[in-house]
Amino acid sequence: MSLELRGITKRFGALTANDAIDLKVESGEIHAILGENGAGKSTLMNIVYGLLAPDEGTISVDNKVLKIESPLDALAAGIGMVHQHFMLIPVFTVAENIVLGHEKVKGPGFLDLERARREILRVSAEFNFDVDPDALVEDLPVGIQQRVEIIRALIYDAKVLILDEPTAVLTPQETDELLRNMKKLRDQGTAIVFITHKLREVREAADKITIIRRGKVVGTASPTASQEELASLMVGRPVSLDVEKNAPKLGGIALDVRNLTVRDYTGRALVKNVSFSISDGEILAVAGVQGNGQSELAEAIVGLQEHIEGEITLDGKNLAGVSVRKALHSGIAFIPESREEDGLISSFSIEENLILDLHDLPPFSNGSAISQVAVAENGVKRVAEFDIRALSPKDPASSLSGGNKQKVVLARELSRPVRLVVASQPTRGLDVGSIEFVHERIIAERDSGRAVLLFSTELDEVVGLADRIAVMYRGEFIAIVPADTSREELGLLMAGVKR
Amino acid sequence: MSSFNPKNMSAPERRKFRGLITMLVLSLFALIAFAYMPKEGAPVTYGFVLGGEWVLLKEWIINSKTASTLFAILALVTTFLAIFLFKIKRSSRIVSFIFGASFLMSFLSWAASGKFVPFTGLLQGALLLSVPLIFGAMAGVISERSGVINIAIEGQLLAGAFVSGVLASLFANNWIGLFFAPFAGALIALLLAVFAIKYGIDQVILGFVLNVLVIGLTNFFYKKLLIPYQSEWNSAVAFVPIEIPLLSKIPVIGPIFFAQSIIVYLMYIVVTLIHITLFKSKWGLRTRAVGEHPTAAESVGINVNRLRFKNVILAGAIAGLGGAFFTLGAVGSFSKEMTAGKGFIALAALIFGRWSPMGAVAAALIFGFADNLQGLLTIIGTPIPSEFMLMAPYIATIIAVSGFIGKVRAPAADGIPYKRGGGSR
Amino acid sequence: MRKILQKIKLPILALVVALFVSGLLIAFSDPKVLALKGDPLSMIAKALSIAGSAYWALFRGSIYDPQLADTGFFGGLYPLSETIVVSTPLILTGLAVALAFKAGLFNIGAQGQFIVGAIGASYVGFTFELPIVLHALAAIVAAIVCAGLYGGFVGLLKARTGAHEVIVTIMLNYVASYFLLWLLSTKAFLREGRMDPIAPEVLESSRLPRLAGQDYRLHAGIFIALLAAAAVWWLLNRSTLGFKFRAVGANAKASRTAGISVAKSTTFVMVISGALAGLGGAVHILGADHALTNEVGGSFGFDAITVALLGRATPLGTVLAALLFGALRAGGLTMQATTETPLDIVLIIQALVVLFIAAPAVIKAIFRLKNVEEGQAIGSKGWNG
Repeated sequence: MSLELRGITKRFGALTANDAIDLKVESGEIHAILGENGAGKSTLMNIVYGLLAPDEGTISVDNKVLKIESPLDALAAGIGMVHQHFMLIPVFTVAENIVLGHEKVKGPGFLDLERARREILRVSAEFNFDVDPDALVEDLPVGIQQRVEIIRALIYDAKVLILDEPTAVLTPQETDELLRNMKKLRDQGTAIVFITHKLREVREAADKITIIRRGKVVGTASPTASQEELASLMVGRPVSLDVEKNAPKLGGIALDVRNLTVRDYTGRALVKNVSFSISDGEILAVAGVQGNGQSELAEAIVGLQEHIEGEITLDGKNLAGVSVRKALHSGIAFIPESREEDGLISSFSIEENLILDLHDLPPFSNGSAISQVAVAENGVKRVAEFDIRALSPKDPASSLSGGNKQKVVLARELSRPVRLVVASQPTRGLDVGSIEFVHERIIAERDSGRAVLLFSTELDEVVGLADRIAVMYRGEFIAIVPADTSREELGLLMAGVKR
Repeated sequence: MSSFNPKNMSAPERRKFRGLITMLVLSLFALIAFAYMPKEGAPVTYGFVLGGEWVLLKEWIINSKTASTLFAILALVTTFLAIFLFKIKRSSRIVSFIFGASFLMSFLSWAASGKFVPFTGLLQGALLLSVPLIFGAMAGVISERSGVINIAIEGQLLAGAFVSGVLASLFANNWIGLFFAPFAGALIALLLAVFAIKYGIDQVILGFVLNVLVIGLTNFFYKKLLIPYQSEWNSAVAFVPIEIPLLSKIPVIGPIFFAQSIIVYLMYIVVTLIHITLFKSKWGLRTRAVGEHPTAAESVGINVNRLRFKNVILAGAIAGLGGAFFTLGAVGSFSKEMTAGKGFIALAALIFGRWSPMGAVAAALIFGFADNLQGLLTIIGTPIPSEFMLMAPYIATIIAVSGFIGKVRAPAADGIPYKRGGGSR
Repeated sequence: MRKILQKIKLPILALVVALFVSGLLIAFSDPKVLALKGDPLSMIAKALSIAGSAYWALFRGSIYDPQLADTGFFGGLYPLSETIVVSTPLILTGLAVALAFKAGLFNIGAQGQFIVGAIGASYVGFTFELPIVLHALAAIVAAIVCAGLYGGFVGLLKARTGAHEVIVTIMLNYVASYFLLWLLSTKAFLREGRMDPIAPEVLESSRLPRLAGQDYRLHAGIFIALLAAAAVWWLLNRSTLGFKFRAVGANAKASRTAGISVAKSTTFVMVISGALAGLGGAVHILGADHALTNEVGGSFGFDAITVALLGRATPLGTVLAALLFGALRAGGLTMQATTETPLDIVLIIQALVVLFIAAPAVIKAIFRLKNVEEGQAIGSKGWNG
């Protein structure tokens, strides 16, 4: 079976997310779609899967043009998808999630979960997935949740399987296993569309590679192409894959964390007994699969978590249990994980976003009223300093691109006196240019003698920036290792295998 | 964590622990205030109807002080039982229910000292007062479980009451009135669905405005047509109760549950159906899915907004049917704003019952009981001002949503409009 | 000018459509019209005359009544003075709701806060004997404190436990009503020799001065209301505290991450919102009613929500919307008395206006408009948000 796209175009307002894209995927091949963040890969696949309607273009399966208006049509045509953000209902069991949308009933309309259970166990056994049909999805680690999505596609007999950035949530070893399973499915005749921006994985698994840049197909490549070739095709200019930095000049200890435990409101420990310290001029990068307590640890340090035990000190001053405001003003710059939700107020202007933290202090406030003049001056200054591409500092933050939004956050956070930078997934979802900008800023902060605590699920980023690496697994620091530790070893640590 | 040091407990355990403390305090309060403090007890007479006949068949006369003591001790015993269960990490709703009942009985025995309490009538009245609350809460369950907040329950009840009363009067046929009551509620729900689902308007505000609209419309027609032309427009009479053979003869329970009007029997059916289908059927699974994670539901081919639309309309129909109870189930004719905020108490019952059908029914029954008890105590005269009794359900709801009885959590996507493809989460 | 026109186009068109729909309702619910079923032309004529006379009565009751103009032009303006009397508390309760909206909270509790404020003002007004001005001030302060606490309780509860303000305020409205009813049965509040729930009149010294002689109820409260509107504008658009309120209202998570205390903002905004509603209660008692009854709340607190929505939650918009709804209320009484059209048509008009404004698509479709400034929709969020 083959899937063919012709002239797919999709516009969102002034933005053309997909521009006349042609693509053909044959059964028994792994077809990688390579492109940087924001290139339009996910939009394209959401069109194929019926979640979005294209403005122009056709989709055909086995040379028959199909109208795919909803996921139902896609599923009927044998197209299955493993989504980047899993499409599973947390409060349902695995079996309930799998029957959802394809329910079988028995008697006077009662749900029949028995068949689903048997099917789950069958597929699970074939691929060594080890999934319990009656477990609640919210209790499962992300790696297992992804398996549930794969099982669902297989049970519904997907002939074309789309995997959207499937390795983002996996350890290197889990990634290897996924790639093996993809090959196994390919050999059984499934057509696999593999969406990614990771060059290494493309070269390892793909049979064909199509590269998308700014919504257009810019070329194809063979898996034997070098990483540099692929990268320059993807970005449109030669890029250096390595982050340039000098050896660290370490100072005294800045941040010191002792036996820190963070609990959620139910009392479950999300960060367990973590101890570490960071020196001035050092980047400690925390590696780990998403959801192992990194977010909570970052939030605990800036005072965003309520239930914490243990000690946090910055330059010897206590930070545990203090308010966010106090933590920020003791010298922490915080780059939160989600720009849209935690970093910015979209409906506020850029200049207002730039003073969110300082709005009640001079020169922006005289105690009761805000000084419009000072706010405007500051806006103009920061926009220039951080090269924020905006028509005016008075425009709403929502009008900015992802990279420029992140620059606003950086501009705000780095304009206070900083002793420590806590950056949580600072480059997630950014294009390569913005990633480079963020990396340069982080290194510049370190080189000017500040301590940096970086959280990243991208192993490349961790390895590229870190002076030391901490690996987090199920809320614990399973090890703190030197920056030159091998990927294999880091991978094992990320999977919880101690040395 | 078997020790009672709150520091070692998780938040839910702490909350449960707080609940236990509350139970203990209430038991001791009952023991002191209702049982120990009053100087002299006077006899309380509890009247029970044992059969289907409306004659008093059995009386239970007991000294108020003795009865208060008895029930206060029972409350204390259940409290200790609950503490024991907590220690072995279990909990039981039945224990909590018995505790509540004992506390209320201890209070009642004190408050009705020297008086006569028609006990069967009290419970029967409580059930009747709960009927619109239960219908309203069921409307809330269906709508909110699929992700649309329904503040317009009040308006849907009122529309049902109005239409059923007027049509029953115009056609001199109650069945016609009853038949069209759900359509009236559904019509209001249709507005809710169109504006909330199609235009994505804030559902709380929308529900509020719809209530204003229905109050305005019914008041307008009431003054313009129903009062001046009463004999034609507003002269419906209530349904007569139907006694179910055999079942209505069961002592105490029979007359309470099985000698009621058709609308009450319809309520039993509605509640049973919703309880079963929400958790065991295809529709229920999909409904809960679109209320929790609509994007995920869409990705497996469920048309989220169509299902929400259907459910909101269905919810309105159920509330509309419940509205008929105000007229055809109780007094027959319609009167101005006769729902009197019952829709909001239904909403409170929904939240109190944590969005589960059975929980909402239990909460509605408790609110109905409190309401009726208040009425009774006002008639027989008690030391407590009736206004404070009337406040009780509202205060109880505030306590409930403040997390005293455990974290109250709505379906995750409740109230958030869903846009296709854009993904609301 | 064009900009202003753009801004008010939608509300005005919404009002026109609402009045049209209500006019149909008034006409075609009238038996005299329905009796002409067989004769469409005279039926339409009758319908027009009935709806026309109803709206004419509405105008006479709210703006200018030629029949009252025998004492000169100003005599005919008596209805306008009544409109302002009704609008005064509406402005204040409307501001209460609007301010909370801007901070991301839906304060349905203006009704309860209004009542609590009225209780406070009334008690100080009839109990203490104080010099003029000082007495009125004391009564107003009492109202602000009582209602501020009543509103602040909601904010505190939300901040501390996450209890949703909509639920809590709905419940507190009932609690306030029953509390008032109970108070009016106690010795402290019940007027001597009365059985019905009414408190003694507030003393002369505490009353707000009448602006146009004793024949008109028009009182100085309108200045207090306009002053409050200006203060709310400054608070929201210029002050540091208002910046926090708006920030939390627009994105609570991002505000918290930037070091703004969401709990404090929520509590403060509800204190101020409650105080504004309570001020409305005080002004109404000290200026217009003079005696507390169980009906004191009327529907000032509920109308406040439609007022704030129509006014797009801005202070100026709220003042204009309050004047409009005040006019409808005042005129509705005349309409009810002279044309057999129930006052409740006003509720219908209110609800329709707000519905049309909330969903501009309907208005756009009717008038085939393309560019209508829709303004900032009031964000939709769930119970958990």
